Amino acid sequence: MSEVAKAGPKPSRRKLLVYAPLGVAAAAGLGFWAMLRGLQDGSFNPRGVPSALLGKPPPDFALPALESSGLPALASTDFRGMPGPVVVNFWASWCPPCIIEHPHLMALQRQGVPVWGVNYKDRARDAQAFLTRHGNPYARLGVDKPGRVAIDWGVYGVPETYILDRNGIIRWRFAGAITPELMAQDIQPLIRRLSAR
Amino acid sequence: MKIFLMPSDAGRAHRRAWLRRVFPSLGHKFRLAAPAALRPDLGGGFWLLALLLLLSAPAFAQIGDTTYRLRDPEQETRAREIGKELRCLVCQNQSIEDSDAPLARDLRRIVREQVELGASNELVIRFVHERYGDFVLLRPPFRWSTLLLWATPALALLGGIFAIWRSRRQANTTGIGPLELTEAERKRLAILQGDQKA
Repeated sequence: MSEVAKAGPKPSRRKLLVYAPLGVAAAAGLGFWAMLRGLQDGSFNPRGVPSALLGKPPPDFALPALESSGLPALASTDFRGMPGPVVVNFWASWCPPCIIEHPHLMALQRQGVPVWGVNYKDRARDAQAFLTRHGNPYARLGVDKPGRVAIDWGVYGVPETYILDRNGIIRWRFAGAITPELMAQDIQPLIRRLSAR
Repeated sequence: MKIFLMPSDAGRAHRRAWLRRVFPSLGHKFRLAAPAALRPDLGGGFWLLALLLLLSAPAFAQIGDTTYRLRDPEQETRAREIGKELRCLVCQNQSIEDSDAPLARDLRRIVREQVELGASNELVIRFVHERYGDFVLLRPPFRWSTLLLWATPALALLGGIFAIWRSRRQANTTGIGPLELTEAERKRLAILQGDQKA
């Protein structure tokens, strides 16, 4: 009997063989747990596309204004010589998440943070109705009906929000509706930091 | 519809057999080979459903978007080649050539506009890459951050070879041991055989 047992791997090795799968399972579990946590607090987004424009100025563009709104239009030259950071928001009246995030944009505007809008593939009448109904957070508003300027920014869906510093460099981008957590954890601290400098 | 589904190498007889199989209700027109009792009775609803499925959006999506197609077939082929390299950012497991998302349509159009202007494949891909980053490339570029991704197959192969080499070496050294019996073993064997004889 003892002879047979000796034929197998050494005891230390057998122990390793027993514990190795357990170790792998534990590591996988830990990774999975971290992933789920990240999904919950928004720090991990498997579908998220990192912006290629971070740390760069926005592309050259000049968009027409939404005439009925009376708001000034938006062009890349507007990002020169700004007193502080600015929020740029791509939105459309046909986009439900844009309605969900809208109060946060209004809050930023009340706070004195300039919010500049790009109205994406929308009808002028619908865009105006949206602003009349939900309120206007935008200090400037460009209309991008063909969606070409949005592509130059790397936008892949509305809503998408960017924060640019006073030198007109893109510092932050988020694709999707702004949440209260995002406001508290990312947007507000970044704007405070960029304003202080 | 029928033309798309028909086996391309089918002769006349084949074609009839195929039609009979697909549309049994038309069977009388083609002289039925099998008695009705032998044919599976799937009912009219089944064929209506099958027809609806054929006519549904995915069936048409397969045919491809004809909205922007370059007149020059050579340019169109090139545009398609480029499009197949680019990921649709909305339907993330499809290329912009396969996707029906509005953004994919816009990007397809941009690719074609640039191809028509004579831009090289690299130039068009760079245009999209500058805007959407590495994520848009279905074939990830080779650099430090993607080294592990590219090296994984080679590493797995090397790991396998190493494992085989090690287990072989171990078998050679430990193995079944020396074939010659030791003195003690020989004595024991003698005792055992002696017992048998007794």
